[in-house]
Amino acid sequence: MSNVIIKINGKTTEIKEPLTIRGLLEEKGIKPGEIVIQYNGDIIDKNRWPEILLKENDELEILRFVGGG
Amino acid sequence: MDLLKIGGKEISSRLFLGTGKFASDSVIPDVIRASQAEVVTVALRRVDFDDPQENMLQYINKECILMPNTSGARTAEEAVKIARIARAAGCGNWVKIEVIRDNKYLLPDNYETLKATEILAAEGFAVFPYMSPDLMVARQMRDAGAAAVMPLGSPIGSNRGLKTREMVRILIDEIDLPIIVDAGIGKPSEAAEAMEMGAAAVLVNTAIAVAGDPAAMAGAFSLAVKAGRQGFLAGLGEARPYAEASSPLTGFLRDRD
Amino acid sequence: MEFYDLYRKQLGHDLDSFLAGITPGEVSDIINKNRITETGFLALLSPAGQKMLEPMARKAHGLTVKNFGKVIQLYTPMYLSNHCTNECAYCGFNVRNTLGRRTLTIGEVEEEGRIITKTGLRHILVLTGESPRNAPVEYIGKCVRKLRQYFSSVSIEIYPLHTDEYKTLIEAGVDGLTLYQEVYDPEIYDIVHIRGPKKDYTFRLNAPERACRAGMRTVNLGALLGLNDWQKEVFALGLHARYLQDKYPETEISVSFPRIRPAQGGFQPKVTVSDEELVQMILAVRIFLPRVGITVSTRERADFRDNLIRLGVTKMSAGSCTEVGGRLGGEGRDSQFEISDSRSVPEMRSTIQKLGYQAVCKDWLTI
Repeated sequence: MSNVIIKINGKTTEIKEPLTIRGLLEEKGIKPGEIVIQYNGDIIDKNRWPEILLKENDELEILRFVGGG
Repeated sequence: MDLLKIGGKEISSRLFLGTGKFASDSVIPDVIRASQAEVVTVALRRVDFDDPQENMLQYINKECILMPNTSGARTAEEAVKIARIARAAGCGNWVKIEVIRDNKYLLPDNYETLKATEILAAEGFAVFPYMSPDLMVARQMRDAGAAAVMPLGSPIGSNRGLKTREMVRILIDEIDLPIIVDAGIGKPSEAAEAMEMGAAAVLVNTAIAVAGDPAAMAGAFSLAVKAGRQGFLAGLGEARPYAEASSPLTGFLRDRD
Repeated sequence: MEFYDLYRKQLGHDLDSFLAGITPGEVSDIINKNRITETGFLALLSPAGQKMLEPMARKAHGLTVKNFGKVIQLYTPMYLSNHCTNECAYCGFNVRNTLGRRTLTIGEVEEEGRIITKTGLRHILVLTGESPRNAPVEYIGKCVRKLRQYFSSVSIEIYPLHTDEYKTLIEAGVDGLTLYQEVYDPEIYDIVHIRGPKKDYTFRLNAPERACRAGMRTVNLGALLGLNDWQKEVFALGLHARYLQDKYPETEISVSFPRIRPAQGGFQPKVTVSDEELVQMILAVRIFLPRVGITVSTRERADFRDNLIRLGVTKMSAGSCTEVGGRLGGEGRDSQFEISDSRSVPEMRSTIQKLGYQAVCKDWLTI
């Protein structure tokens, strides 16, 4: 158990290991619904979210659809 | 049946609906119903943890064609990235390219938009570039494989109507792709005017979103678009000044022996 | 895609029954539209269009004045060579015809050019038969370089070339290409072009596009009227012009409507095109393509040409001579076809002026 620094949506954030993407979403209170996750530049399929353990210097983009014209 | 063949699909509604700027997203299902729109645009944004919004997609009828836009992109590269993410998220292969580096007027950067169109069309996207109506660039968009061209009527959200009328008319005359007037249409009558000119469709957002009764306004736009389209198909008479009185031009054919 | 791919699809359609079914009312509706579709254009060429010539003329006149002003561009042809390896049924330069074959020397080209400049004309169209041995691209290039010392615009009406050959001639100073398909119907084309390199229908058909690609400033198309039903030919011609206009906006496209004239060999045309029909096609093309140039040569009678000026014509030849070295003096020689309007350039200019138009002998100066 240690703390690691990752970047979420461009912001530096400290998290406690071990934590998966899925775990992070639960911690932040975000419903997996129709959000999109980009992990170190790659778009990651929803069913892989519980498998991926976050590590130091990871970059995560959590995106969702909003209204737009 | 007057169907619009576009982006590999056939649709009957020529009103495309934008979903931004509504006072509450919960009115959107009613608005979509009243507008009869089959193509609905959405945007992609980073989730704000302090203010987690609801998921927009839950309000959009599953039968609608989603057209994610690349709003927020300032370069071709960013637009391409957003388009790829949207497709990976299951939004289908339609994308509206919107590259804006000008925060004052929100006018699109045609050059970056063209670059993004080239890349994404080659990747199999149905690309809908939002652009300032420029004939040369529109031709390049067509050659790059765009599915349609979306010239602006006036700056985004300005509700000023078809200020670019003559330029848009040239695109309609010269570019054999659907021309979809996007941005600036503030009233149903302006949507009708664009359709009468021969636009393939119009995209309306702000005028509906900020109306006193958005669903009722969506219904009004739906009727206006249909009326304008029907007027176009019926073949407008040419507006002319009074006929000039002059001698017959072809009299010589009869006057001979 | 090239024009042939597009045109091939048209060939299967039954144009005759479509044309027969058009009413004058439908023609009137089309005239009143702002934009004319390809189908609308075809309808303007229908027999019903004959009854609507005056309203068509009003529309065509208005469009021409709006797009070109009251201006007629003048040019004159100069024949460089009548050597030809083709056997074309309708042409006086037919390889089988016995005639004095001749290719001008560069000195003679300069001399004839000098004579022409005395008339004030600065736009010239140089012509050859198809004989790459007697009049190769290199020779034509030399003539052009020489003529550019005297003329601000030199166009060519020669055998079809490859793109890089067009580029070579453009570098030499050519700014315009005239190339008639003669007949757009591939079967008739094959019949009237009996022998020679001209038998290659598609190579000729796609040549104007190659010239556009090479950067030619103006490209002039045409169908020789008399070889096929004129409606079909003019329809194809209009589609060809439209196709090039759309695809090569930097090139100015124009069209000609040459009616077959008597020539050595005594060829009998399949159809005769009347004055009324020629007027109808000029009007239809102007309404369909408001920006296209329309050229009328001295094949047509003087009085008839004068009347065409208000109907959509933008370019006319003047002081023409269709024989090689015809202006150099010496005994009369063999011409490609007989001309009908033999007025001199000053006569033409003053007539055009009387009609309220300006005759332009020099449209631009290359700097």
